[in-house]
Amino acid sequence: MSVAGTNGRALPWALVTPALAWTLLFFVLPFIAMGLSSLTAHEGGALTLANYSQFFTNPSYWRAMVNSLEVTATVTVISIVLAYPFAWILAEQVPERWQRLALMLAVLPFWTSYVVRSYSWLLVLAQNGVINRALTSAGLIAEPLQLANTRLATVTGFVHFFVMLLTLTIFANLKQLSPSYRKAAADLGAGPVRTFLHVVLPLTLPGIMVGAFLTVVLCIGDYITPQILGGNNELVMPQLVMMQIGRRGDFPLASALSIILMAVVTVAYLACARWLKIERA
Amino acid sequence: MTVNVRNPLSTLRSGLGAAFAAVALLAAGGAQAADLNALIWCDHSDPALLQPFEEANNVKVNVKEFEGTGAGLAIVDQSQPGDWDVMVIDSIDVPRGIEKGLFEPLPEDKLPFADLFPEVTMDKSTVVDGKRYGITEKFGYNTIGFNKSKVDPADMQSLASLTSDKYKGKIAIYDYYLPVIGMAALAIGKKTADLTEADLPALKAELLKMKANAKLVGEVTASQTALATGEVDILVGGGEWVTAGLAKENPALDFSIPKEGAVLWSQSLAMFKDSKNKDMALKFIQYILSPEGQARLATSACYWGMPSNKKATLTDEQKKILRFDEQPGFLARAQAYPAPNADLDKKMQDMWTEMLQAQ
Repeated sequence: MSVAGTNGRALPWALVTPALAWTLLFFVLPFIAMGLSSLTAHEGGALTLANYSQFFTNPSYWRAMVNSLEVTATVTVISIVLAYPFAWILAEQVPERWQRLALMLAVLPFWTSYVVRSYSWLLVLAQNGVINRALTSAGLIAEPLQLANTRLATVTGFVHFFVMLLTLTIFANLKQLSPSYRKAAADLGAGPVRTFLHVVLPLTLPGIMVGAFLTVVLCIGDYITPQILGGNNELVMPQLVMMQIGRRGDFPLASALSIILMAVVTVAYLACARWLKIERA
Repeated sequence: MTVNVRNPLSTLRSGLGAAFAAVALLAAGGAQAADLNALIWCDHSDPALLQPFEEANNVKVNVKEFEGTGAGLAIVDQSQPGDWDVMVIDSIDVPRGIEKGLFEPLPEDKLPFADLFPEVTMDKSTVVDGKRYGITEKFGYNTIGFNKSKVDPADMQSLASLTSDKYKGKIAIYDYYLPVIGMAALAIGKKTADLTEADLPALKAELLKMKANAKLVGEVTASQTALATGEVDILVGGGEWVTAGLAKENPALDFSIPKEGAVLWSQSLAMFKDSKNKDMALKFIQYILSPEGQARLATSACYWGMPSNKKATLTDEQKKILRFDEQPGFLARAQAYPAPNADLDKKMQDMWTEMLQAQ
């Protein structure tokens, strides 16, 4: 009995050990190294909190965090607003046999490189790009609009990506929803709008929040899209981190800024934690 | 008896560093002891440059690209001594490698110093205590790159055009603070070599005026793309390194050395003190500095630039694109990159950050 008991306890540990080892090696240890680095001076290596104080005392650094939060919030809200009806149409209006194909087509842009997709948007939004040419040809504008190298361009590039992500999480949630909820609401006299607002929407909140959390995490930590589409006309946090490394190799300050960014992501996680719990069967 | 006890966190950090360096070296091409391991900029990864050397010496050159001296030195910090043989580095940053004890003095008698443009040997940076640690292999100018079919070339003879209303919204700024701060210094009549902290407010004001006129501030690819696609007509900090490589596709792209001057960029080759393959490292440096190697490096696929060796075997067309024959006049008016100490460097970068964030 005792041998069987030991084996019974050992098996789960044996199964999770690779994942734990992976996490330890590629997250915990690098994180400790980064934390240690953030507490040392760039010149001399003495222990210091100066790298953190710089963030709070330099308005340009602080501005980078504000920009990151503004861009992330905008992207998340727009993505949800666009993704929800899209997911709903896929789940409710598209015939069952076409849903798989429709979903595959919806996520097709995922198959292209992130960098290539960003540069493609740059060409679309450029002064001589598709949009400006179309508007000019139609006589709607006399001079090309500045679309590329703006926050609008950054948000557009992000939204294109995250709408797909949110569509997947919301679609999965909608498909899990039993039709009996809606029938029950109808039996009790609720119209379609009331049913959606008081039954369907609350029950699909977990799908929205999971997608929103992933959007926040990926968006706030992204360097490529703002770098390519934003034109460096304002900096977000990942760009500020990269700036410290390039020429000066100031890894302590880069580490401190990264940890501050991680703290913000942790706050986002805590805000969404209620909906991010894994349900036990 | 003395017992050395290491801080466990330091041990962890150095252990992780060594692991990452090993991965970097593997990524550089599965290095073997007989290979030559080179930390390089993208212009050295052109097969047209490396293959002739590899075939002639029966050696494999493993390259690892990096951007920025800080990133390059970080790779070295995390490597084992002897992992790397040669390094490409900003000439003004050679002292940073010397201070870290990384570089081996180069034998001047075995290198073609007499054939180099004397203005670009950068002895202040590359020679310490009478020993030479770096040799300039390529140079050029951070100046005004422009599309001559869209702007008046006469305007491009003055840095004042960069802040005039005439070109508002038609300008991109190259996103590297040192050369553009150098250009701002020239615009306000300061010498790049004499910049101090007291000059920062005036430099910042000039940078903000440039930013107010600019559509974007972009790294190499972004700024090059913006000029090539017509998104902008002028690139502050541009030069032959942007326009020459695109000359065939877009002959309207050109650069000027304005009356106030331009900022001279220069890249050097250095050999690592702990290289296990010093003979081959020297052969590589000799090859890159040879007339043939210089011509290939100058016209590398990644970016063009002036060869430091006057005898580079460039074709007449290539010389024309690089404006080879005009170099004496250009060099006479060019000033070196600002070479701030660590403290001023940090303040300059913070000033650049403020400029980027300005609306």
